[in-house]
Amino acid sequence: SVNPDLASERQTASFSVEKLTTLLDGGVEHTRIRRAVVEAIEGDPIFSRENQYFQSQNERYEAAVRKAVHLQKKMHEMGWTENGPEFKYIYRALSGDIAFLLHRIFMRCISVLGSDKQIAKWVPLASQYQLIGSYAQTELGHGTYLQGLETTAVFDIATQEFILNTPKISAMKWWPGDMGRSATHTVVFAQLCIHGKCYGVHPFIVQIRSLQDHSLCPGITAGDIGPKMNFEHTDNGYLLLQNVRIPRENMLNKFCEVQPDGTYVRRGSQQINYFTMTTVRITLISDEVIIPLMKACTIAIRYSVVRRQSKLKPGEQEAKILDYQTQQEKLLPQLAAAYAFHFIKDYLQELLDKGHREIQRKNFDTLPELHAFSSGFKAVVTQYCTSAVEICLRACGGHGYSLLSGLPSLYTKILASCIYEGENTILLLQTARFLMKCFMAASTGQPVPPSVTYLAAGKPGKCPAKNKLDFLSPDIYTEAYQHVAIRLVSSTAAKLQDLIQSGLKKHDAWNQCTVQLVQAAKAHCHYITVKNFAETVEKLETKAGIQKIMKHLCDLFALHGMFSNAGVFLHDGYISGAQMDMVTASYLDLLAVIRKDAVPLVDAFDFTDKSLNSALGSYDGQVYQRLYEWAQKSPTNKQISPAYERYLKPLLHNTRSKM
Amino acid sequence: VMMMVVNADLRRERAAATFPPELLTHILDGGAERTRRRKEIEALVFNDPDFQHEDLNFLSRSQRYEQAIRKSSLMVMKLREYGIADPEEIYWFKSFVHRGRPEPLDLHLGMFLPTLLTQATPEQQDRFFMPAWNLEIIGTYAQTEMGHGTHLRGLETTATYDPATQEFILNSPTVTSIKWWPGGLGKTSNHAIVLAQLYTQGQCKGLHAFIVPIRQLGTHEPLPGITVGDIGPKFGYDEMDNGYLKMDNFRIPRENMLMKYAQVEPDGTYVKPLSDKLTYGTMVFIRSLIVGDSARSLSRACTIAIRYSAVRHQSELKSGEPEPQILDYQTQQYKLFPLLAAAYAFHFVGAYIKDTYRRISGDISEGDLSELPELHALTAGLKAFTSWTANAGIEECRMACGGHGYSRCSGIPDIYVTFTPSCTYEGENTVMMLQTARFLVKSYNQVSSGQRVTGMVSYLNDLSRQRIQPQHVAARTVTVRINDPVSLVEAYKARAARLVEAAAKNLQAELNHRKSKEDAWNRTSVDLVRASEAHCHYVIVKLFTAKLSEISNAAVRAVMTELCLLYALYGINKNTGDFLQAGILTDAQITQVNQHVKELLAIIRPNAVALVDSFDFHDVHLGSVLGRYDGNVYENMFEWAKKSPLNKTEVHESFHKHLKPMQAKL
Repeated sequence: SVNPDLASERQTASFSVEKLTTLLDGGVEHTRIRRAVVEAIEGDPIFSRENQYFQSQNERYEAAVRKAVHLQKKMHEMGWTENGPEFKYIYRALSGDIAFLLHRIFMRCISVLGSDKQIAKWVPLASQYQLIGSYAQTELGHGTYLQGLETTAVFDIATQEFILNTPKISAMKWWPGDMGRSATHTVVFAQLCIHGKCYGVHPFIVQIRSLQDHSLCPGITAGDIGPKMNFEHTDNGYLLLQNVRIPRENMLNKFCEVQPDGTYVRRGSQQINYFTMTTVRITLISDEVIIPLMKACTIAIRYSVVRRQSKLKPGEQEAKILDYQTQQEKLLPQLAAAYAFHFIKDYLQELLDKGHREIQRKNFDTLPELHAFSSGFKAVVTQYCTSAVEICLRACGGHGYSLLSGLPSLYTKILASCIYEGENTILLLQTARFLMKCFMAASTGQPVPPSVTYLAAGKPGKCPAKNKLDFLSPDIYTEAYQHVAIRLVSSTAAKLQDLIQSGLKKHDAWNQCTVQLVQAAKAHCHYITVKNFAETVEKLETKAGIQKIMKHLCDLFALHGMFSNAGVFLHDGYISGAQMDMVTASYLDLLAVIRKDAVPLVDAFDFTDKSLNSALGSYDGQVYQRLYEWAQKSPTNKQISPAYERYLKPLLHNTRSKM
Repeated sequence: VMMMVVNADLRRERAAATFPPELLTHILDGGAERTRRRKEIEALVFNDPDFQHEDLNFLSRSQRYEQAIRKSSLMVMKLREYGIADPEEIYWFKSFVHRGRPEPLDLHLGMFLPTLLTQATPEQQDRFFMPAWNLEIIGTYAQTEMGHGTHLRGLETTATYDPATQEFILNSPTVTSIKWWPGGLGKTSNHAIVLAQLYTQGQCKGLHAFIVPIRQLGTHEPLPGITVGDIGPKFGYDEMDNGYLKMDNFRIPRENMLMKYAQVEPDGTYVKPLSDKLTYGTMVFIRSLIVGDSARSLSRACTIAIRYSAVRHQSELKSGEPEPQILDYQTQQYKLFPLLAAAYAFHFVGAYIKDTYRRISGDISEGDLSELPELHALTAGLKAFTSWTANAGIEECRMACGGHGYSRCSGIPDIYVTFTPSCTYEGENTVMMLQTARFLVKSYNQVSSGQRVTGMVSYLNDLSRQRIQPQHVAARTVTVRINDPVSLVEAYKARAARLVEAAAKNLQAELNHRKSKEDAWNRTSVDLVRASEAHCHYVIVKLFTAKLSEISNAAVRAVMTELCLLYALYGINKNTGDFLQAGILTDAQITQVNQHVKELLAIIRPNAVALVDSFDFHDVHLGSVLGRYDGNVYENMFEWAKKSPLNKTEVHESFHKHLKPMQAKL
């Protein structure tokens, strides 16, 4: 039975939860398919995550391999295919707890960078699992900065082979998933050398383990890099190469080739690589970032209406902690952010699809914009959502700290997203570089991509709001965000110019402005997010109360940003002190309004209990009972622990004489 | 013995420092003699083969608990063998043995024994103290329940007095009343001090403490009527058997209620305690420890991140030149140096609270409790402020180490998961901030009604003088000199005054709308928390600034002044809105502040490594491959990884179990 404290929250929803779920899924049909996939996966005991929190790294890895193997069978059984509509929901249903994700990257890498001949040779083998692949790019000493990689591939004309080496310890491949234990092959990125000349980083297919007995190949040292904050199920690995020889045909050669005589030939545009990177970043935002935040919100908000603590009025029952303004102020902005970023994901996806169509027509003009946007939003969304999940975790007090709450593992997983696929600070600086360029172009009247034309529209002015209700007008706050973005971009550009004109070298000037550049890039992304949220709300159907509640969330997201970054809005007087008090008042009022719909708003995310895997967040709200039951399953509760016999018993019985 | 070859980058960094790090270490320790003694104890522990073991990262939770218990029992014996009795020295010893982690006897040593000393009658001390001292009795302190933490009055466990048998009957009447979280309860303890609602003669007399045996001496089996166990895996605290305890009509003799203050007579008559203010003292003490802990945990994380950033080279600042140390990037400095400054600030704040507590607790025994309410209110807020900052700061440090920070070998994940619960325990942080706010509002109201207030809130006195003027409180504030810490203290003071006043006025406005007192308070609580934060921030800047004049060595004072300025200016940089809105600083000054922050980053840069060396963490204590003193990071990461449990065999069993059969089938 559902805890009455949770049940009562659902009776007063101001909108149709099912309609909102459908909106989030993108249509009734998608909701139906998603639910079918979830049901099939969760109904299969092999995919169970029931005892996950009690398992060791070894057990987690083994379970992930078992699941990956079983998934092949399951897909066949269910008639799911890689290109089918079900596929994107499988990963979500598994909560990512599966091996061979890098195997997929291995295949994609060959498809993008390999010649037709190479694709024909390797991809069928990989899709039949006759080999297991990985993707070895990152080294101990180098991550995001690819040019710095130190692994070498020297071409030997005599044997028509490449000789791969790890010349020093920092050149060891480090981190690639599936490589520590599983992979038989991997794509190694190495500096290509021919006749003593270096041609930069190139991809090579290298076999690392025997296809017969899985033992390491000659010249290969490989293993697992040891425990991490999360990803216990993944065997992130290291790889050391000592004079490993591979045939000339193993260099992926769609874009460049080493001919038998050692001549290096480059062909076609490599720009398509940028497009791949962009695609990965946008997919990552939805799978690895927004979904975990939605889960964390679900857990924390449901728990906050079940947990009662202290009294709001003497003589009354203890209050639900969600009724405290401070708790609302912690959680509801995170909920609003989950929706804001869900809609920005749609926006980016659209941009990406458009870009894809252009590229197919051999028009690469949209690439810089796409690249800048995917970098900036990857950084902003991962960073925002990571701290949002941590806020949810800490908002659950002591019980949030238990692994059984599900929150620690959501947090430790999402925070990795701030690093992989490009370290966030570096990505923001890439976005900033694009903005600087566009700003310069715009101010000299040159054309710029439509998303940044606003940079040319900067004009001094004041916010026209007269009372706190004015701040519930999207025009008012969107304008304020735009104003701040323009101010930060233009003042940073001016600063950069000043420093260069004062005689500083360009790169020194750049480094001296990086803190400001990062801030400008964030302001740009924040503005686009607010604007997109407001525009999305406007287009929503007014039926079923959806538009109204989404409008509240949009207002909350926008005003929360102004409340928390008051300084940048006040700085040039665009917003006055009195207006900032109005922002605060409107913002705090909104908390109480959204409070009423908080539970329906997380119910709409439509996570099953199994996918939340949380003692605090399940649909029925039987928090304490479940916490107690789950704790009893802990292996530490085997009646007598070995520590008792070995250490406690002697301590309790024999120590007196020694003291 | 192999000579330790220090990484060339770190050697250069250390050679370039402008001050002798050991002098700063002495300041942190409270004198050269304290440093010497600390290092002596450190050597005692780290040179003792009994305290050595495999890297804990590779052990299961059960194994980690086992190691901890092993070390704890040795620790108790050795402390006595060495005659170490000073509380601070015990703290060091314990911290070295357990490398800054919690351990299963923490509650026995830190709560069970002290509670016996302060709350037990002489008769009870005779019965329990020596057996507990000799570890025949291992106790814990069972307060928190599944349903209630910080809000103590809500606890549901009952102790009902039965005059017929002269016993208390203990019960856990609901699921939510099950004791949950106490350390050492899950597997280790055979006794617990249980907090329960006392019922006698049909009346509830509120929370009282009872000594409850929970496990059979000899077999260690739970006693009939007792259900006890481990609460399962957590984010951190793997060494600790946090436990649950459920009692069903469990009877204990009347004499097991701790009766030094309140008493239940044989016939059930309840005798009230004299004063309950005394419990304040313990809370102040524990919260002051957390402030110190915030400083230390943040220092550890900074040490790791800054040393690693000096060793790691990446990308290019100037094309064609060698890759620079990542510490040379402004963005990296901007992430790390303000945290370094905060770590120092918190050290000084922790020391201040400890000293003040010592001074006041002298007064307590002489009956002067007048300063206690302010100190209590202040430590609540500072506990929250410093632990929030440190919590976020540790994560910043980890992120600043990129991918390798995510590996357990960096040591930062462990610092984080060990530290983060301090935002919750000993008073949930938001609740703590609101306690401070209550004191601030009270002080503000006193000033409004014409009284003067003293201590850290005395700035509120100025508000009454300003009230005659029509403008905003701070609008007439003196010019702030952004290069002068003393002047910045004034700026922080003005900000605190403005936010306290705004919160108090908003509260009054809510009250005027005829809202109930509680409702009005709740509807103002976001403002109230902001006011408390501003007050704490002011206190920290003030204490840091005051510390500077105590530093005699000019070179050390110079670098500390830079850090203090950075701390103060960065705080403005992050809270620009408050300073602008109150008119304390102008747009132009804010721009200058932001510029000066960046200049300070460059000024501090050459001393960064020396500044973390001064924290003087032993490598074993630091537990980080990235933060090693010698900077030989990459070699040691490889050595570390080879010990991973997944690497026990070259071919993992999963290959035979799953991969091979699959390949055969497809």
